[in-house]
Amino acid sequence: MTDKVNEAFLVIMVICLALLGLVTFFMIFLAVRYRRGKNPNPEDISGSLPLEITWTVVPAILVFIMFWYGWVNFKAMRTVPEKAFNVNVTARMWSWSFEYPDGFKTTTLMVPAGRPVNLDIISEDVLHSLFIPAFKIKEDAVPGMHTRLWFTAPAPGEYTIFCSEYCGQGHSSMISKVVAMTEKDFSTWYQTHGDKEAVGKAVPDVPKLLDEHGCLDCHTTDGSELTGPSFKGIYGRKIVVISRGKERALTVDDAYLLSSVLYPDKDIVKGYEDIMPSFKDELSEKELAAIINYLKELK
Amino acid sequence: MGTDFYMNTEGRKGVLSWILSTDHKRIGLLYLYAVLGFFLIGVIIGLLMRLELMAPGRTIVNARAYDSLFTLHGIIMIFFFIIPGVPSSLGNFFLPLQIGARDVAFPRLNLLSWWLYVIAGLTAISTIFLPGGPPDTGWTLYPPYSIKTPTNVSGTALAAFIVGFSSILTGLNFITTIHRLRAPGMTWFRMPLFTWTLYSTAWVQVLATPVLAITLLLLILERAFGTGFFDPAKGGDPLMFEHLFWIYSHPAVYVMILPAMGIISEIVPTFSRKTVFGYKAIVFSGLSIATLGYVVWGHHMFTSGMSDVSSMVFSFITFAVAVPSGIKVFNWIATMYKGSVEIKPPLLYAFAFIFLFSIGGLTGLVNSAVATNVHIHGTFFIVAHFHYTMFGGAGFAFFTGLHYRLPKMTGRMYNFRASTVACIVLFIGFNILYFPMFLLGWQGMPRRYYDYPPEFHGNNFISTIGSWILAAGLLIMFINLARSLFKGEKAGNNPWDGTTLEWQVSSPPPQENFEKIPHITRGPYSREKNIL
Repeated sequence: MTDKVNEAFLVIMVICLALLGLVTFFMIFLAVRYRRGKNPNPEDISGSLPLEITWTVVPAILVFIMFWYGWVNFKAMRTVPEKAFNVNVTARMWSWSFEYPDGFKTTTLMVPAGRPVNLDIISEDVLHSLFIPAFKIKEDAVPGMHTRLWFTAPAPGEYTIFCSEYCGQGHSSMISKVVAMTEKDFSTWYQTHGDKEAVGKAVPDVPKLLDEHGCLDCHTTDGSELTGPSFKGIYGRKIVVISRGKERALTVDDAYLLSSVLYPDKDIVKGYEDIMPSFKDELSEKELAAIINYLKELK
Repeated sequence: MGTDFYMNTEGRKGVLSWILSTDHKRIGLLYLYAVLGFFLIGVIIGLLMRLELMAPGRTIVNARAYDSLFTLHGIIMIFFFIIPGVPSSLGNFFLPLQIGARDVAFPRLNLLSWWLYVIAGLTAISTIFLPGGPPDTGWTLYPPYSIKTPTNVSGTALAAFIVGFSSILTGLNFITTIHRLRAPGMTWFRMPLFTWTLYSTAWVQVLATPVLAITLLLLILERAFGTGFFDPAKGGDPLMFEHLFWIYSHPAVYVMILPAMGIISEIVPTFSRKTVFGYKAIVFSGLSIATLGYVVWGHHMFTSGMSDVSSMVFSFITFAVAVPSGIKVFNWIATMYKGSVEIKPPLLYAFAFIFLFSIGGLTGLVNSAVATNVHIHGTFFIVAHFHYTMFGGAGFAFFTGLHYRLPKMTGRMYNFRASTVACIVLFIGFNILYFPMFLLGWQGMPRRYYDYPPEFHGNNFISTIGSWILAAGLLIMFINLARSLFKGEKAGNNPWDGTTLEWQVSSPPPQENFEKIPHITRGPYSREKNIL
């Protein structure tokens, strides 16, 4: 991808710099050459048809060349090779979710290096845009509409993913990454990740989970306020929530925490907005239990 | 010659003699003060934004406050400074003078436009203090976010809706004035180029603004009643909003830049003591920019999910618009050939304009090519590009126009040395402020970012330093201009040896502009001037 963008960029830049140089040179040259001190008597020249034709036709040809480079390279960037590896992407305020052909989901995009990857992108809430600066590509995530984007990671490594369509307060922290692995590493990962037993044995790292799923974009762990209530001391807190338009008071317990992660729009804490997405299909039971335990301890 | 227009208060006292006046010159000045007031607010907000971005993480405000800052900065600068800027202030003052008329065709409608503008401006500012707080959507107001956010989006949309009517009425007024009130003998091709650009601009204002009005109305309805025009959950489409929004907002770019080009087209011949090079080429390129400008809006949407074929067509037409813009630049420069060039402040500002606007225009070609657009869209590259065109272009042309025409409006001259210093400081500050943004964008830093990873720190830091230099330049320039109102020497009727009609009347112009409507026998830049 990068070379396609770079090629078009180079062609345009060369033409632009030449034009800028020409304009600036003649502006300064004529102003100095015909300054009043040296040329007190102006000659009244009102135009020249051949010149007008020249600087209409030549730029017209130049812009056509630039247009052409832009278009053919774009076309190549839009034609997905057959046998591309498909990943479904869901964007939401303010995290990414990547779903693989076997239904497994991650928060970072795991791909085999050297193999084309095709992304099928959708948004759950507002407009977002999936942007991978290293590959110089992006495409908006639009609610109610599937968009697509493909790339080939050139080598194993990590490449940042930004959101480049403004989507609210968490816009600049809606960051993830592409993790490109060798074919071998990738197929090992791909075959074992679904292994419930292997996953089940691992102890979930809660701070990492909270970070990767974007929880910390809205909820702090130190008591300060962002978009959502802070996690600090949340367990046992007495709060007022609005459920189906009616206010009610409750004390935060296990059941409430679980329900607000799985069905966040059921009870909205008074004074906050109804913007949290559901994590129903994102977190395993084990992970949920670990998170709740973690919150209990966060005094 | 009768008394100058400051003397004639039409029997009203103090401020009432201004805000109830239907004299185009007084209305022009009312606009000038209001527009500069909003510009000042916009600048202060811009400086705060740069201060926040000076370092990663929180510097002075939190994320929501920052989001509101960039939204207000955009709304104020676009709808209340740069769109009305040149046409409403300098245009109102000079259009009748340039075509040998006593006023615009509908003087009372003109006053109504100003009142609508002020009411809209106050509405926009009031969103800061009303429940919900200032909007945080960006000036583009894209749904579904603009529907979901609890901030005062409807108030902002209402403000833009009202100011749209002000814009439409001004456009209508100018078109009618130019068609009906030209002095005898002033054929279309004897019209000054500034008037020509006001004419092209007026058509864009009249034809494109209603689209924005409808779009904003749909947004307000959606927020108030959940009508679902743009909400996919209710069968709506967010892309429809993007199309409607840019069908206005791209032509609006030409409302900003065309009058700016008109200003430059007059200054280069005046300070070269010769007629303009390629008068008709400049006229027709202006008209073709105004026309083609209607059909390029899709280049704001190459990565929006729009079809690839649409991208190709919009990219092609966008490249086509570059040609007439280039023609103008080439003709300005050729005007100096075998002229007698004297670099006084207006010409110096015009040179700064040509250089900065060229960078803005040429980087626009990077945006128009679909392949490169996919990388730089939504990044700081775009921010840099439109500040070079809108501020380096339209903004600097506005400063150029002020330096050229203020002596005529007030009858007093400013200090040349101070304005030269201001121009150099502005030019340096401008480039230090905005050039690093091109680099940031190419590196991949998305726009509207409150916080950023450490690799973007260096360029953001430099950019913030540039914002202070730019602010210092603005301060010197405005103090110098303001000082001239009170302490400036008498400018005389024609300090620049200008050839168009406004330079043949006294400074400041008399109440009725012309004692006797002049009879026009020559082109606007002929060194043998039309005699009143």
